[in-house]
Order: sequence, then C-alpha cells, then structure tokens
Amino acid sequence: MSVIPARETMPIVDEPLRPERSRSVARVIDLLVRSLVPVVLALIAGGILLLILGRDPLSFYSDIWHGGVQQGSWQDSAMRMAPLLLIAVGLIFVFRANIWNLGYDGQFLLAAAVLSGWGPSLVTHVPLWLAMTLLFLVAAGVGAAWTLIPAGLKAAYETNEIITTLMMSFIGVGLANILVKGPFQDPAVNIPQTKVLPLEKMLPAIPSTRIHVGVLVALFAAIVAYYVLTRTAFGLRVQVLGANPRAARHVGVRVRKLIMSSFLVSGALIGAAAAADILGVWGYARANWNPAYGDTVIPFVFLARLNPLAVIPFIAFFAVLSTGGDLAAQNANLPTDFLLVLVALILIFMTLIEFIGRRRELGKSYLPPGVREALRKPLIRRRESVKEPEAA
Amino acid sequence: MSAAAHPSSEEAGAPRPSSSGSAPVVELMGISKSFPGVVANDDISFDVRRGEVHCLLGENGAGKSTLMGILSGIQRPDSGLIRVDGEDVDIGSPRDALRLGIGTVYQHSTLIPALSVLENLMLGDTHKLRLDGDSASQRLRELGSTLGVEVDPSVTASDLALGRQQQVEIIKALWRGSRLLILDEPTSMLTPQAVEELYKVLSRLKENGLAIIFITHKLHEAAFLGDRISVLRRGQLVGTLDEDAVKGATPEELEKRIVEMMFGDATGGLAEAAELKAELSVTDELVYEAEQVPAAAEEVLRLERVSVRGEGAEPGLDDVSLTLHLGEILGVAGVDGNGQRALAEAVSGQRRLERGELRFFGAPIGHVGVTGRQKLGLRYLTDDRLGEGIVPGLPVSINIFLKLIGEAPFWRQGRIHKRAIDDRSRELIERFDVRTPSVDARAGTLSGGNVQKVLLARELSFDSKVVIFHKPTYGLDLKTTRTVRQMIRDMRNGKAALIISTDLDELLEVSDRIAVLSRGRIVGEVKPGPGAAEAVGRLMIGDVSLGAESEGGGP
Repeated sequence: MSVIPARETMPIVDEPLRPERSRSVARVIDLLVRSLVPVVLALIAGGILLLILGRDPLSFYSDIWHGGVQQGSWQDSAMRMAPLLLIAVGLIFVFRANIWNLGYDGQFLLAAAVLSGWGPSLVTHVPLWLAMTLLFLVAAGVGAAWTLIPAGLKAAYETNEIITTLMMSFIGVGLANILVKGPFQDPAVNIPQTKVLPLEKMLPAIPSTRIHVGVLVALFAAIVAYYVLTRTAFGLRVQVLGANPRAARHVGVRVRKLIMSSFLVSGALIGAAAAADILGVWGYARANWNPAYGDTVIPFVFLARLNPLAVIPFIAFFAVLSTGGDLAAQNANLPTDFLLVLVALILIFMTLIEFIGRRRELGKSYLPPGVREALRKPLIRRRESVKEPEAA
Repeated sequence: MSAAAHPSSEEAGAPRPSSSGSAPVVELMGISKSFPGVVANDDISFDVRRGEVHCLLGENGAGKSTLMGILSGIQRPDSGLIRVDGEDVDIGSPRDALRLGIGTVYQHSTLIPALSVLENLMLGDTHKLRLDGDSASQRLRELGSTLGVEVDPSVTASDLALGRQQQVEIIKALWRGSRLLILDEPTSMLTPQAVEELYKVLSRLKENGLAIIFITHKLHEAAFLGDRISVLRRGQLVGTLDEDAVKGATPEELEKRIVEMMFGDATGGLAEAAELKAELSVTDELVYEAEQVPAAAEEVLRLERVSVRGEGAEPGLDDVSLTLHLGEILGVAGVDGNGQRALAEAVSGQRRLERGELRFFGAPIGHVGVTGRQKLGLRYLTDDRLGEGIVPGLPVSINIFLKLIGEAPFWRQGRIHKRAIDDRSRELIERFDVRTPSVDARAGTLSGGNVQKVLLARELSFDSKVVIFHKPTYGLDLKTTRTVRQMIRDMRNGKAALIISTDLDELLEVSDRIAVLSRGRIVGEVKPGPGAAEAVGRLMIGDVSLGAESEGGGP
C-alpha cells in the first residue's frame, strides 16, 4: 500500500486578503479611471481629428471654454443643464431597475407640446407660481402617462420594453407634431408653432443671474433621487429588481408594482425636463422640433455608473461643450454636429475600456495560450511529474 | 457505417483485450489553472491506463471539474503538458478532445430533448455531408452490445428515464471512438437501481479496455469502483492510491486512508476528520434517526389537493396532498425535475395555486403573498442560491435582510437604518459561522458554503416556524453539509421542516417520513429504515418505468 504525496499542501487564498480600506481606495481609483479616461481620450482623439481636418485643436477647445464658461456664458451652460439633468435622472431611475426606457423623445416632446399649448392661456388666469407648478405637474403627468402602455405590458406579459418604448416614442413624436400644427397652433403666425409665453410669464431667474429656477429643480431632483435610490426601502427594491429579478420575486418584492412605479417616475422626470426647457428657455414649442436630449445624455448616465449625483459633473461638462461648441464650431468653420462626434468618441472609448476590463477580469490575455506558452517556455522549469506508483 | 469513415471506431467498438498496467492512455503533467482569486488546479500530474477506472475524489471546489474541463477541451491549462498515447497534444476545443478519443459524460444531460436517440447521436456525425441513418443504427447496436444495454433508437430523448438518458450519453461519448471516458458525478441524478446498472456498464467498458475517469465526491463509490483513487484537495493532488492499496485494504483501512488524505493535516486536522467520518462511511451504512411524531401533534402545514402549473419543461403539481406536523421533518424524494421546484414555490407563495388549498397552522394561506407568508414564519431556503437566493453585488448584511426590506426597526419611515442592520448581521454571521471579511463584503465574493450560511441565517432567523429546505446541501463541502443537517435536525424543537432533496441518503438520514414525488404527484410515502432506499427508488421510477426504465433491461 502506498500513498504518493504530490507536494506538501499549501493554503490557497480564497479571497483577496487585502485590508478593506486599500480595496475601497482601489475601487474608487478604478471608478475614476473608468469614468474619466474615456472623456480624456475622446478629447485627445477629437483633437487629432481636428488636426487632420486642418484645424487648430487648441484654439477649438479654448473657444469652447470661452463660449461655454467665460464672461457669463456659464449661465447659459447651467440653463442647458436643466433638461439634460432631469432626463438623466429619469433614465437612471429605470436603468437601475434593469428597465430600458428608450422612449424619452416621445415622452419629452409630448409633454412639451401639451404644456406649451396650455401654458399661455393658463398664465393669464392664475398667479405665476401656481401656473408654473401646475405646468410642471402637467408635463410630468404627460411624460408618465406615455410610459403606461410599455410599463403595463412589461409588468403583465414581460414584453420587451425596449421595443415598446421605442414604438411609443415614435407615436409620441408624431402626436406632438399634430398637436402643435393643429389645436395648439398660434393662429397669429404662419409657422406651425404654439403661442409664445411672454418673457415675464416664464420661470423666474435666480436673483442676480439669468439662470432660471428650473436648474434648481433639476439639481434638487438629482439629490432626491440619490437619496431615494441609496437610502430607502424603495431604492433597495429597485436595486434588487435590477440586479436579480428572480431574487426580487423570491424575497417578496412586488415586481409588477415596482416596474410600473419606476417607469412612471422615469416618465414624469422626463416630462418635467420638457417643462424646465420650455418654461425656462424657449417659451413655445415648434413643430418638428426635437433636441434629442436623451440620446446625448445616455453615455453620461453610464459614465456616472447610474449614480444621480455623479452624473451632475458629466452633464455640466456636456452643457459647457455644447454651449461653447456653437462658437467654437463657427470659428473653426465646422458644423455644430462635430460635437456629436466627440460624444460618439466618448462612447467608443467607454466600450473599449469596458471590454479590456472584462477581459482582464476573466484573467484572459490577448495572446492565444499557445503563443504565450512558447514565449515563456525558456523560463518554465520542467517539474518532476508523479511517476507510476511503485507498489509496496 | 464504414470503418473508413470512422478510422478510430475500432478502438471502442471492438476494443483490444485488457492489459492492466500498460502505458497510460492519457497523462497529465504539471497542469495548473487559476482563475481570479482561486488556484483551481495547482501542478497536477495524473494518468489513466487502459482497462482501469481511475476515481478522482474530492470535495466541491477541489478542482475536479476544472481538471475535467481541461481534458475535454473546454478550458485551457495555464501551464503543464497533456500526453495522449505518449504524444504531447494540445486540446484546444471539445472537438479536439473527441478527435483524440476523449469522451465526456457531464453531470447534466446534454441530449436535445425533442430529438430521438438516434438523431441525438448523429449530431456527432456532422462532419459528413449526408447523415446515414442505417449505419448509425448499426453503430448504436454495436455500442449497445458492448455496453450491455439496448436502446430504442426512435425514442424521443425527453421520454427516457434519467438512467437511460445517461446510457445514451455514454454511447454518445463513445460514438466517434473513444479510448478515454470521463464521467462527472454520474450518480448524482440517478435512482439506486439506475446506479447499479451504471456500475455494470462501466465494468463492461473496463473489460473492453477503455480507460475511465470517474469523478465523484462520494467515498463509497470511489472505493467500490476505483482501481486507483486520486484525491484532490484545494486544487492540489494530495496523492494517488494505487491498485494494491485499493484492492488490498479492508474498507475500514481504505476509509481511514482516504479521510486522512482529504482532511488530515498533521496538526489537529485528524480530529476534524474523525468528526466527518459519519458522513463518509465507505460501507455506506446509514444511521436512521426517524422519530414517530405523535399523531396529536399540531398540523403546521397542510396541502389539500394542490395543483400548480409547470414552468417550461418542468412539471407542475398535480393533486398533491401533504401534511406536516409540529416537530416533524418531512422529506420529499424524487428524481430531479419531477415537480420539486413547483412544490417549493407553491408553498412559499412564488407560484399561484391553480386548485386546492394551503393551510398554515390551520388558516388558509393560498391567497397570501410571499411577504405575507414570510411574516407568518413560513420560509423557503431556495436551491438556486446564486440565481435566486442572493443578490451577488449587494453586501452580505443587506442580503441577510432582503426579505425584510422596509420593516421596522431596520427601516424607519422607509429610510434604511444601517447600524441596526449591521449590528444584527454581525450577530447572525457569528451565530451561523459565515466566513466573510466583513458584513460589507459583497455576497458574490463568498464561497458556496458561506452563501448557503447567509441564506440559512436569513431563513432560520426572525421568527421562522416552518422552513422548506430545497436541496439544502447540494454542492456543499462535507463540513458545511454536516452543519446544515444539524440545523435541520434542530427544527424538531418546536418548529417543522420540509426537505426537498434529490440526495436520498440525506433524506433517509434526517427525515421522519419520506414522501416520493414523481411527475408532479405524490406517489407514496416511506418510513426511513432498512430497505427504505430501495422502496423509495422503486416509487421514484414508478410510473416512469412504464416508458423506458423497465423495457429493454440491463444485462
């Protein structure tokens, strides 16, 4: 009888035994790298692209700084943040529950059409503060209502909400145009648009600035959303549903109710974004108007890792980029769409970094194992293998 | 089927006579493989010869499956050499493995349910342009006679009993001509009778000169089947018992030896090993603990003619009546996929009753939701720990409180009270011996056994009265298994337990009564004791046998 001990046994580390703190520091660094590096790389790549096009990237970027931040233009940037931030928070709410509300354009434009159609007559009849509050609520209600069908279908039949929200968005955009060209059109002008709100009947400005209070509403919404999502029972349920729907069912989360409520909150916030934009900046809605805020916001929502507070600096960055970008593009003799190229570059680098990160997590290498082995071969010391057991 | 099309078919179809002690068919040298944070295989050297069964023994997580994955081409080793018939080979894909004559039978069926046996087997023939049914049936007869089994080629795979499905899997593994057959925990899904039949098939294959690697965590299987036994532990090969060591020793000596290899550190480990002996008995003798629960004991849970809908391929429940008394442990046996999940989910409230009524301490609860039943003290320990039990990305503490979201005093006016949760979690973590760096560690980073302890902490605390244990020890290491079974036994003190398990030994050991579930029906009840295993086995295959198990027959 013989037992061949292969080697003295050595404890194998089941989990990284590094202290908690250094791990959390590492996590923060990882988070920063993953969030900021794509933006920096996009700016560099965009600069290279500008060089290729024969433009001076330094003057382009300094024009953006000039037109987006300096000489009070930061106030325009801040105002541009309001709708973007509200939409971002609205998307974060459902994305956290692993629900993909991609119908933001329909929700936004329909809310915009209804409130700008009804707003001009409302403001002449009731006090301004009441009119503004009511219009915000109406816009939120319209946005929420437009999510009802996709939400109900998902809750009842698990219908894929990506498809239904996109379809409803298509209908919503069309319906908004019909409203603006039809019942809500200002009869006094020939262009299809609603009556314009008089300047003094719009959202008031923060004292000693030009910034309307809609920006405060948006910031407040982000803070409340952060609190709700991270500190309350509701937020935890949303997180559980998003991370593991089967666990949600198992632990007794009312999944259908939660799908409905998070969808409605999302739609309401997107509707409120329309109110902030129309009542704060435009004062009316035009037919065929579509700023497509949602599309530009989505990359930043993911860069912020679905965190409603972390998304604020990203939205601010984009607001500066787009406000200052108008001037910069004009000076460089480029279409303003060049800014979308920058957004697209951010997306590409995000994807790349995510891909590389995943590969590393899996412990895989870009080199196929055969090649790797061959490269290392001279360094590998051939171990004595366990030979045939010698019977005792 | 022509020999030209299958140049290697000779080796399995008409194998050469056995020559024990010949050169190894497959040799592993210094194989290492690591995953982030875990060394799954550490410098493992190991071989298997013609006409022998080499048992690979180890607890869950010892690295058995990784090693098998490397041999069958699913994973690549980080370093080390594999030799087939003395030649260095590179097994880059399952296709390579098949080409080299390495066939694998996985723990779970890989047959396509909707296809017939023959069609399933011909899937391996896709390298040919035209599928040849006649030569395929001839090949099936050929292999069938080698194995000593007869399989109807036209039967749809889903109509086969699990034991029979496994025979088809073995034929499939040998289809293209194998010289090495790897079986991964092949008995875990089988009835005792089907296990017997498998043993016979393996001994026929052995006589025919096939090399077999038999992976198991059951010591008595290894002792019974193995010509040689290798023990893996934490990714390392602790040692190999050669033929003389296995055959020359009495079962007790062998047991002692293996237990030493599996658990014995020179320092104090033996005490632990001795403790574990009960779980490891080579002689396969069970200690029955069944107690007669007084008839007057209060009924805590009662299913009255309950029917629920099935999900996908899994059957639902059909007219099931069960009664559980206070202080009782009721086992539910059955081959996997016979309505176990439906039963657990119907009782826990996750699935709606179609017909029938459910009573908890006499009160009807059929319409009460999951949360409502939890509050009453009816808990469900799920079998799908990672998929359903925990949210891997959330901290251990939150996972313990997942079923209490929003409840005072851990939430106040909807706001989380982190300190109360953390304090209580620490207490529970200590009581249930969860090994975690802290309560804030993400649950997904814990090992399987510790995840189960987190779930136990959740289900057994907070005024739990009746607990459904669904496969409570499946895939756990022996020590945790022992702990979990003790917790189940403790339910006799003023609580009650319903244990749904496919591990018959476990049910025989801990339960007071065993109800047998087959195709969504309760087909009988057995009291644990001598001969109970066979009785349960007969009930388990009861109506299935009409289809496949009894027809054809073994050798």
